[in-house]
Amino acid sequence: MTAREAGLVACRRCARVWPMGTERCARCGSHLQSRDTGSLSRVWALWIAGVICYIPANIYPMLITQTLLSTSNSTIVGGAVELIHHGSIGVALIILAASVLIPMGKFLAIAYLAISVRRGSDVSAARRHHLYEVVEFIGRWSMIDVFVVAILSSLVQLSVVASIHPGSAALTFALSVIFTMLSAQAFDTRLFWDTKDQGQNQRNDTT
Amino acid sequence: MSAATTDQATLAPGGALGGMPLDSLMACPQCDALYVAEMPAVGERAICARCHTVLIAPKRKAGFKIIALTLAVIILVVAALFFPFLTISAAGFGNNASILDSASSFQSGPMVFLSLAVAGMIVVIPLIRTLLILYVLIPIVGDRPPYAHAKRAFRLTQELKPWAMAEIFAIGCAVALVKVADLAHIGFGPAFWMFAVLVIIVLINDNYLCTWSVWKSLELDQREA
Repeated sequence: MTAREAGLVACRRCARVWPMGTERCARCGSHLQSRDTGSLSRVWALWIAGVICYIPANIYPMLITQTLLSTSNSTIVGGAVELIHHGSIGVALIILAASVLIPMGKFLAIAYLAISVRRGSDVSAARRHHLYEVVEFIGRWSMIDVFVVAILSSLVQLSVVASIHPGSAALTFALSVIFTMLSAQAFDTRLFWDTKDQGQNQRNDTT
Repeated sequence: MSAATTDQATLAPGGALGGMPLDSLMACPQCDALYVAEMPAVGERAICARCHTVLIAPKRKAGFKIIALTLAVIILVVAALFFPFLTISAAGFGNNASILDSASSFQSGPMVFLSLAVAGMIVVIPLIRTLLILYVLIPIVGDRPPYAHAKRAFRLTQELKPWAMAEIFAIGCAVALVKVADLAHIGFGPAFWMFAVLVIIVLINDNYLCTWSVWKSLELDQREA
């Protein structure tokens, strides 16, 4: 049984329940909504913002390295390829996972989840909820590349020998991660379970 | 109706709630399943039977432990800010960077925004969260009525949680070290070790904090007042 079926509205912040129609949780002060109906539009708006920011993040340089002899601009993927040439395959994989695999996976996962809420899905609510939790948990880790750029460009300032400066991709990449995190947070996860319950109720009604 | 047993502790099903007072019920914030809220034994966890979200997880003497750890966090953050974090040397040139240097390394034009965001995520937000948690917990542990706006403060700590990224920054250091390993020699400053300890404490601290128990205490105190 859900709070909604019992005629109650639950607080998503502190788990307290109130009679349906209550607008503000008297325990923690959060705004109450049995189901966040605007949730999906916010998810999509922030998702689109995240995808748009992700495009320049891959085109423009992330790091600008100046050494005695040369200046090199490296993009996210370019930097990882460089690391592989230097033999640090492990770190290259971390960078690729955090900056390419995770963001792309997140875009796909959030889009899939949002579509599944609207259209219904054969995949069980539990599995979709699990996918959502994975997205929320690993999403923050994409910021690692931005932090690496911050550390490198403050540390590697060795006059003419070598210096590293942040490229404009650092900004758009950070924005992309932030928008995607907000998009995931905007999701009302209770929507996964509703579709399942409605299916069950219909089946119960017919028997 | 969904089953309402949990892995380690048992919450009664919310189905038979005829006449139950509302404050003895709770709903899973993730999937809306309704339960009769019952404190599990200390050290056990009540888990939503439907989506496996941890609902209640009281820990022994959690309040004291959190306050002690939180004080340690504040000391470490402040100290880590002022000592060199990483040092580098190559071909006779050397440099060292503190955490604040890293945060403020984006300086041209719109990149300033990025400096603010990085400083916020690795220093300001973790620090604000710990201070607010102290503010909320000290009266609760001392069995006194909560300070003014304790609820708003605690809500803020929960809202800020995903944006506190000190542990991600720590892993970022490791990646940065490998990236420049063949370019220059890198050393750790004292702040690096403080930061490493700090990250571990923050993670342990979040594990101790049972948000449901805190909300419950804040609510009880409000009614007595």
